[in-house]
Amino acid sequence: MATPTSTTAPVKPPTDAAQEEQTSALQDDGRERAAAKVSVRDLDFFYGRAQALHKISLDVSSQIVMAFIGPSGCGKSTFLRTLNRMNDTIPGTRVEGSVQIDGQDVYAPGTDVVELRRRVGMVFQKSNPFPKSIFDNVAYGLRINKLTSGKSELNDRVEEALTNAALWPEVKDRLKASALSLSGGQQQRLCIARALAVRPEVILMDEPASALDPMATQKIEELIVELKRQFTIIIVTHNMQQAARVSDKTAFFWLGKLVEVNSTERMFTNPNEKLTEDYITGRFG
Amino acid sequence: MQNLQPNIPTPATTHGASARAWNWRRTFAPTGNTGDTVFRLALFGAAFFLMLVVLVMIGAMAVNSLPSLRQFGFGFLTSRVWSPISGDFGALPFIYGTIVSSLLALLISVPLSLGIAIFLVEQAPRGVARPVGFLVELLAAIPSVVYGLWGIFVLAPFLREWIEPFLARWFGWLPLFRGNVTGIGLFTGGIILAIMITPIITAVVRDVLAAVPVSQREAALALGATKWETTRVVLNNGAPGIAGAIILGLGRAIGETMAVTMVIGNRAQISASLFEPAYTIASVLANEFTEATGELYLSALIELGLILFLVTFTVNGAARLLVWSVAHRAGGGAVGRA
Amino acid sequence: MTSDSQIKSAANHRRTASSVMTTLTAICAFFAVTILALIIGYIALRGLSAISFQFLTDTPKPVGEGGGIGNAILGSLVLLLLASVIGLPFGIAVGVYLAEFGDGRFASVVRFVTDTLTGVPSIVIGVFVYTIIVLPMRQFSAFAGGIALAIVMIPIVARTTEEMIRLVPTSLREGALALGAPQWKVTTGVVLPAAASGIATGAMLAVARVSGETAPLLFTAFGSRFFNVYLDQPIASLTVQIYNYAISPYDEWHAMAWAATLVLMTLILAINITVRFFTRKKI
Repeated sequence: MATPTSTTAPVKPPTDAAQEEQTSALQDDGRERAAAKVSVRDLDFFYGRAQALHKISLDVSSQIVMAFIGPSGCGKSTFLRTLNRMNDTIPGTRVEGSVQIDGQDVYAPGTDVVELRRRVGMVFQKSNPFPKSIFDNVAYGLRINKLTSGKSELNDRVEEALTNAALWPEVKDRLKASALSLSGGQQQRLCIARALAVRPEVILMDEPASALDPMATQKIEELIVELKRQFTIIIVTHNMQQAARVSDKTAFFWLGKLVEVNSTERMFTNPNEKLTEDYITGRFG
Repeated sequence: MQNLQPNIPTPATTHGASARAWNWRRTFAPTGNTGDTVFRLALFGAAFFLMLVVLVMIGAMAVNSLPSLRQFGFGFLTSRVWSPISGDFGALPFIYGTIVSSLLALLISVPLSLGIAIFLVEQAPRGVARPVGFLVELLAAIPSVVYGLWGIFVLAPFLREWIEPFLARWFGWLPLFRGNVTGIGLFTGGIILAIMITPIITAVVRDVLAAVPVSQREAALALGATKWETTRVVLNNGAPGIAGAIILGLGRAIGETMAVTMVIGNRAQISASLFEPAYTIASVLANEFTEATGELYLSALIELGLILFLVTFTVNGAARLLVWSVAHRAGGGAVGRA
Repeated sequence: MTSDSQIKSAANHRRTASSVMTTLTAICAFFAVTILALIIGYIALRGLSAISFQFLTDTPKPVGEGGGIGNAILGSLVLLLLASVIGLPFGIAVGVYLAEFGDGRFASVVRFVTDTLTGVPSIVIGVFVYTIIVLPMRQFSAFAGGIALAIVMIPIVARTTEEMIRLVPTSLREGALALGAPQWKVTTGVVLPAAASGIATGAMLAVARVSGETAPLLFTAFGSRFFNVYLDQPIASLTVQIYNYAISPYDEWHAMAWAATLVLMTLILAINITVRFFTRKKI
């Protein structure tokens, strides 16, 4: 099972000295990969002819928060979107390499993308509630996936999701109100609740707080820390303090390459790479 | 124009005059340059003249329909008799024909147009969507009289030989599909109208769907929605605009003249059967206007024209407002990518 | 709680529904294109077999004696020319007004009425022109027909002009204003030339649109069996001629209707395809 059958190139030992240490734990060891929740090997990504990602290899274990940092345009959002194949929706893009979730190859032919996206939820940079009621927004994924049998179970799951997203006390009396009547921060938490409702295993967050004020941001960050007990969370952020506050591990991207993956603490105190240190201490970018 | 909102004080641009009083200088010569003033007045004049034309349009038709209005009053709309010989004029058969043919057209065209628009915006790869979109637009460029010609010599015989006997056989228990199968009548009129309004509805729905932010599609996809379920989210977003598009199509169907006149049979009657000949407001104008002898006859026809104007103006106005409301709301735009 | 197998079967069902709907929309598009092909195919087939040089240059004759559409082609050109001379400057002026001074309440009314006017049936415009021109003049005339077509044209031209002018970047405008040019010079010397190609294509499409109009001509220009260029006389047009031939009971005239349609459609398709080719963008 270790050898993916799809477009994967054979996994070569990394030659780049810079990646020596981090990749030493990522040798092509089947057991090692299977243990990871999300496992990526030699991922290349192209927009038309332009290569946006170069040979990314990365493991994310269960129930942690992993943050992706890096200057804008470094490919961190693009990479995030390869994990649930959201990039499929952009014409002219191409992926090479392998992405496994729970040991299953995401890009294997015959993969059920719809099922994949149910298991790998996503929260976007700009909140995007549907122009429906608060309740209907959260219930949407449950309804289309037919995940509940009966009205009461649906109500319970909606309440559970809104509670998990720390939104329940604020909206419980107006579930029928339009989602668009909520404040920006509430709308983003609603989108998180909507993603949580289908009980995904992994949640991808693409700069979820970038459009919010500091108070709303703080709420989202508290929520992320809370959620990692149940979910594996991968968050893209351009805010290094945010990464330091919420994540257990951090990955630093630069010009479409993964420079370093490390525990967040180590990353922000004593990174392995000179490049990482330069970025973190604000010497560029 | 500021002169029409005198209650809103403007920054002090006037020379000592009260900000509330209208001042032609503020409206037409804010820059103080003579060329600018002339330019402004000329353009304003053109716009004003167009409004005047519309007002005169309503006025002239109203004045000329006075004899008929006096003679028949409100009963004009409810009388079924249209007899130039006895001088009795009632508009009901034309109103009926117009409504039924337009509704039939919508019934066929709405699902078809939605399907095409969804295909073009949501499903087809760009290399297919562009040429197909252009071909559908070309349908709108074909003149009404050409549709009529094609309707008489191609569509009507086809419906008479194939479709109408089929409907009469299997759905003949409905009064709608009883009667003589001639190929000329309400049914053919409705179908030719459906073909004609399809590119119009499609074009508007296409714009409406394209204006729905990408983030809405991504939200649905990320929750595990299928392509069709995602499309339904998009449709939901564009619902008011789609309603506007449909009403716009209705307006066009109501006023469509030549093609309908050529295939609907032109008989002022009200029949339950779609296969029977009928008459629309626009077709009676096309057919009888030049032959109208006598003041009352002409006046009744002009009153029909006025009714047609007021109805289509209202319908189109409502549709425009709906479409605008969507265009203004959809300021969301696509999500940026790092 | 729903079991995994239930989710799986629901997922299969959903996938099937999705592909069925996808296929249906493709069928809708295919259907529309087929109709277009059928219409154009018939016109080409029936039209080509009846067309000749004599047909293009002759005047109509009684049944059985041949005849042609020369006077109708000339009449259509006269009417289009008249409509363009009146409608284009007028429509462009209204469009410039909407784009340059279009923020007030009166301008909103103008924009709304203009938009709505594009949806008013052209036969109503014929009725209107009849009441204000034909009745007082006591005669059908080319002049009345040209005015009717111009009124159809104005709102279309006005709205495309406005849209095209709004596409001109603000920086261009500000650059000229900052040099101390008065606004009218900026608009006529900088903005309008920048938008010219867009306005021209809009104008061409408007001409294509009115060249197919029949209803507003029925009781304004009326029709004529002779060559005519006098504006106070009734005048023939291709569309009215097609109509008269089409509803006649004679096969010979039906063939002429198809041939005349071929001429008309060639003109209209040529304009549309040219515009498409030059702009490569939807107007």
